[in-house]
Amino acid sequence: MRMRYIELAVGVFMIMGVIALVLMAFRVSGLTMDDAGETYTVKARFENLGGLTERAKVSMAGVTIGRVTQVYLDTEWYSAVVEMEINKSMSTLTSDTSAAILTAGLLGEKYIGLTVGAEEEYLAEGDWIEDTQSALVLEELIGRFLFNKAEEG
Amino acid sequence: MLDRLTQLGKSGTAAIGSLGRASLLFWNSFFWGGPGSAGFGDLIRQLYSVGVRSLSIILVAGFFVGMVLGLQGYTTLVDFGSESALGTLVSLTLLRELGPVVTALLFAGRAGSALTAEIGLMKATEQLSAMEMMGVDPLKRVITPRLWAGILAMPVLALIFSTVGVWGGAFVAIDMLGIDDGAYWGNMQASVEFYEDVIKGVIKSVAFGIVVTWIAVYQGYDSMPTSEGIGKATTQTVVISSLAVLGLDFVLTAVMFGGV
Repeated sequence: MRMRYIELAVGVFMIMGVIALVLMAFRVSGLTMDDAGETYTVKARFENLGGLTERAKVSMAGVTIGRVTQVYLDTEWYSAVVEMEINKSMSTLTSDTSAAILTAGLLGEKYIGLTVGAEEEYLAEGDWIEDTQSALVLEELIGRFLFNKAEEG
Repeated sequence: MLDRLTQLGKSGTAAIGSLGRASLLFWNSFFWGGPGSAGFGDLIRQLYSVGVRSLSIILVAGFFVGMVLGLQGYTTLVDFGSESALGTLVSLTLLRELGPVVTALLFAGRAGSALTAEIGLMKATEQLSAMEMMGVDPLKRVITPRLWAGILAMPVLALIFSTVGVWGGAFVAIDMLGIDDGAYWGNMQASVEFYEDVIKGVIKSVAFGIVVTWIAVYQGYDSMPTSEGIGKATTQTVVISSLAVLGLDFVLTAVMFGGV
């Protein structure tokens, strides 16, 4: 009788642990099942990343459609290359899609915003996004502003 | 002067000796089997006493820690107008740090001390030597199920702690402070990663479970078989395992999250 109660209690305890893990997975971390393998990779070249890191979001019109997988410096051009994986469901991005590095809020994280163009062809695995816009670097902006002021005065 | 030096050497060799005994104890009791070994039923019984009976303190503590995080985070974030990031703050803090660490500290106080006292009393009343006389290895019979129960119960407790904490934070944020519940859960889901945050938190709590239970069973097994010795061993368990958890937490955080 006593042992039976203990077994039941331990079973309930373990089930609570599993429920906690499931809640953590789906409610808190927003894990989805159809995540793996359903992406394709495109690359883009930027003058300056300004704090964009791996795992940053790739979004279009504010909706997340992919993630940055790799960031490295191209030693031939000395510019930054960003590889991002985009969900297969978004396979109709035109080949003249443009990419810009944006900031979420005033102090928020950096992410890539995509805007579609008007071409007939679509981006495929391994393609380059030609039209890119670098991150706004505050120091450069201030520098340019001061320079203009100095020229005026 | 020479006396002091001898004293220092004595305490040094004593510390190294007890570390060696603790390692031997861990190695000899980690694997199941052997004469008179404990069975599955013993593991269940131990899981009940270290896991199920720690549940109430974990639930209450988790809920309050989550609520406090919600309130404290809100007062800071509202200055920057970014109180919608409260869900992210609460969940990441709980999953990465407070869940495993606070659970381990409570676990050391609630279950670790009880383990030490129980094993120490078994030693003082010569139950352990009686087992040896009967050809039963007390390590396999007494220590192994307790060690494994601690290792299994710790991550479960930490997960429950974090989950309750996140909902405690949600209660404060949404019902008391009036943050939009879409913003609370949405921002949380956008920035919490399953492998990066949840699984790494679980890895941490498994490591803490091993350390706390190991120290507890060692202190009990190695205690002086007197009432005073058991009291001292119980105190030692709580002090040493709390410090070990905090130290190990720094190392694990540096290894797992330091580079990001």
